[in-house]
Amino acid sequence: MKRVQFSSPFLPYLFLAPQMAIIFVFFYWPSIQAIQSSFYLEDPFGFGSTFVGLSNYSDALGSVQYQSIARFTVVFTALVTFLSLGIGMLLAVKADAVLKGSSTYKTLLIWVYAIAPPVAGLMGMMFFDQHIGPLVKFAALFGWDMKVGLNYNDTAIAMIIVSVWKQIPYNFIFILSGLQSIPASVREAATIDCRSGFRRFWTMTLPLLAPTAFFLLIINMTYALFDTFGVIDVMVKDKAANNPITLVYKVYMDGFRGNDLGGSSAQSVILMIVVFVLTIFQFRFIERRVHYN
Amino acid sequence: MNRIRLFDHLVLMLGVFVMVAPVVVAFMTSTHDAADIHRNGLSLTWGGNFAETYNTVLTRKGGFTGEITGARMIWNSLILGVGFAAGKIVLSMLAAYAIVYFRFRLGTLFFWMIFTTLLLPLEVRIVPSYEVMNKLSLTNTYTGLIVPLLASATGTFFFRQFFKSVPEELLEAARIDGAGPFKFFIDVLVPLSRTMIAAIFIIMFVYGWNQYLWPTLMTTDERFFTLVRGIKQILLVWVGSNIPDYNEAFALAILAMLPPVMIVLIFQRWFIKGLTESDK
Amino acid sequence: MASIGIKGVSKIYNGGVTAVSSVSIDIADGEFIVLVGPSGCGKSTLLRMVAGLETISEGEVTIGGRVVNDVDPADRDIAMVFQNYALYPHMTVYENLAYGLKNRRTPKSEIDARVAEAARMLELQPYLERKPRALSGGQRQRVAMGRAIVRKPSAFLFDEPLSNLDAKLRVSMRGEIKRLQRRVGTTSIYVTHDQLEAMTLADRLVVLSGGRIEQIGAPLDVYHRPATTFVASFIGSPAMNLVGGELHGSKLALGPALLDLGAAVPAQGALTVGLRAEDLRLHAGSDGAMPFRIDYVEELGSQRLVHGFVGDQPMVAAISSEIPLPETASLSIAPSRLHFFDTASGRRIDWTIAEQGQAAGVSGVELAAS
Repeated sequence: MKRVQFSSPFLPYLFLAPQMAIIFVFFYWPSIQAIQSSFYLEDPFGFGSTFVGLSNYSDALGSVQYQSIARFTVVFTALVTFLSLGIGMLLAVKADAVLKGSSTYKTLLIWVYAIAPPVAGLMGMMFFDQHIGPLVKFAALFGWDMKVGLNYNDTAIAMIIVSVWKQIPYNFIFILSGLQSIPASVREAATIDCRSGFRRFWTMTLPLLAPTAFFLLIINMTYALFDTFGVIDVMVKDKAANNPITLVYKVYMDGFRGNDLGGSSAQSVILMIVVFVLTIFQFRFIERRVHYN
Repeated sequence: MNRIRLFDHLVLMLGVFVMVAPVVVAFMTSTHDAADIHRNGLSLTWGGNFAETYNTVLTRKGGFTGEITGARMIWNSLILGVGFAAGKIVLSMLAAYAIVYFRFRLGTLFFWMIFTTLLLPLEVRIVPSYEVMNKLSLTNTYTGLIVPLLASATGTFFFRQFFKSVPEELLEAARIDGAGPFKFFIDVLVPLSRTMIAAIFIIMFVYGWNQYLWPTLMTTDERFFTLVRGIKQILLVWVGSNIPDYNEAFALAILAMLPPVMIVLIFQRWFIKGLTESDK
Repeated sequence: MASIGIKGVSKIYNGGVTAVSSVSIDIADGEFIVLVGPSGCGKSTLLRMVAGLETISEGEVTIGGRVVNDVDPADRDIAMVFQNYALYPHMTVYENLAYGLKNRRTPKSEIDARVAEAARMLELQPYLERKPRALSGGQRQRVAMGRAIVRKPSAFLFDEPLSNLDAKLRVSMRGEIKRLQRRVGTTSIYVTHDQLEAMTLADRLVVLSGGRIEQIGAPLDVYHRPATTFVASFIGSPAMNLVGGELHGSKLALGPALLDLGAAVPAQGALTVGLRAEDLRLHAGSDGAMPFRIDYVEELGSQRLVHGFVGDQPMVAAISSEIPLPETASLSIAPSRLHFFDTASGRRIDWTIAEQGQAAGVSGVELAAS
């Protein structure tokens, strides 16, 4: 904390008031509601709700559909995380190594960050469109008849590709930034100590990037779990029946389409716990990020 | 050594191609007309219909109520983006200022309360949030679009981090010069924070402009649709049509991504700074 | 252990900026060479070209007889000590020391032996399992040196290693470096901007300015016979007094003063005269040849620096603190202690004169080698 602070009795409360008010009304109130209604079952005719304890949870966790969606979510998250992190890292390392034109490459690689997920999803839909999509035509060269929107696996692959595409710039920026914050003299000492560029990367660069990489791991997972909502919504086109969706999308479907408030809330709480664990992890490793200095 | 350099360049060029090509194709395709696209697929060449398509998208009153135009959606997106960014900056600067520069009893409590907002992204509390908005009669209003999004910790953390790094001596000198908390904030801290404010503004504008889930829930009245929300409408109209309006869809997509992309490109340095400094 | 040859080496950046201009130095095996000069004179650039961290625009660098212009730094058999130590933050001291050896596939027993020896030499044994952030500046510096020692390279390259240490630590580390190099006997190139460090450490000094060599020589040679006004004012503290004078016959006019040199002089007319502060004698009244108006005095304890003016030219004299300061003062200097420089080129005008001011022969104008 600061050594010198003001000790006015009511000013800090004044300054904090707007933010706290909004947080109370639009965060705490709904969150508590969500937790509360997860323990209730709403009467379909609107005659109130009955307390059902944990049965919403056990229904959700026990349902085959939920489990299969959960499985897909895990696979989806893993693939999107590792692919976008891996590609982002590769591009960042190369952009760092190249002397000429690195700022041009940088500019051309980061701007996709600004595209909204549903917009990316829309473009993905067209690129994977039955009739006109070039990627479908490309796949046909290998004898693969892609039916995005109808075939579960094809849609899944399309979703993953679009989600990865959109997230690459984010990882690129952070890793490049991390690389450039390694002191030049340490890198030079390594060129004297170690001939092989690959070995240098492995023994010196990567360990020093570790804090950034951990951080990105968590962020990417959060992205795959939640921010891809827009991609999924657009690509699934409201025909969610036999298309892959993630857990967060199911929360939306059950809550708004299915009117299953209790079930949707229970699923929300389950996801809350997942995020909670992830965030704790993140802040644990952020401490390590204030790292070697 | 030069062999390796060439390989690096190849990798980078491939990366750039993968990143840029889809958008270039999208733009070029949007300049053709729908039947042409249906026949010939996506294209890399300039079709003749640029003015026509974009004009239609911008001005045709479409949608289910026949009220909404592309131009209106741009306006709404702008309001959301700017409103959100400005609101975020004001709120979080004030909150961070209070937390860092004041000693008061509930300080730590408030800090942790703000912190916990990170634990629950909006997607996880959408249903009850919608209920709250209904109760407050804030659906289909600009306030309802913008204000609830402000209930998060990111900006506050960012400014807290920044304020902590401001040298102690500045406050001490200001106090000697007779500045109280208000004057110190306005005369010293805010000017010092100029670059940070710019950086955060850019990030938050892009975030606000690109909002999808919340506007989808909040606005059923088409007059309030944002561009990104409008994407969904296009798709709803597609279902069941013979030749979907590919060109208009692409045009809308290009319009939806244009301002954020421009801002990120033009203010690249600030954008990167805001991104890498704020996610801590 | 090897000799190092630098032949006509230049560094020219894109855009035409020349940082190093055709420098040649022959370094014998086991020699401790110091590159000294002000910021921007090119000394670090030159060192980095020898290390392989900068490309060589022109000329040739040989290590142990082998031309290394296109050889990777890791293959040049050199070790470098950086100004800010450049220790790997994520490795322990032991791992930092062992890293270079590990990459060269040295057997573990050999690595252990060498690390232990270096740790002993530098008193690092208690810190082997610590990470750099848990060490003080001086300790980190020793680890950086240890990293160089374990490699047993043909040459050590030091890039201003002591600049980040506080004054006292600098003095003690200076001694350690000198002792170490004597013991290990490795050819060393050391870069510094501190002329005192250069004087105390070097077997031979290379004074650089603006990318060019001003003078190469043993410290005392450079001190007593500076080849240019730049070297004269750079080496030695306080800096040599450089004033304008005129030679007429065997008499030197310095402002209002006239000195009889009692010998033939190698030049006539206007030139630059150098007088070292410690060669000036302070007299009361007008006993000395140069009337001296005292401005202020710096008391160093061991000696006293008297700042003042001869005529309108500033002058500093270093005298013993025992002698009381007179009201009116004057300065004198033995003629053999005078340095003459050509005003236009700054080059030394050599002349020999026996001590005690006896007439002696005059050698021709001798220009310093470049």
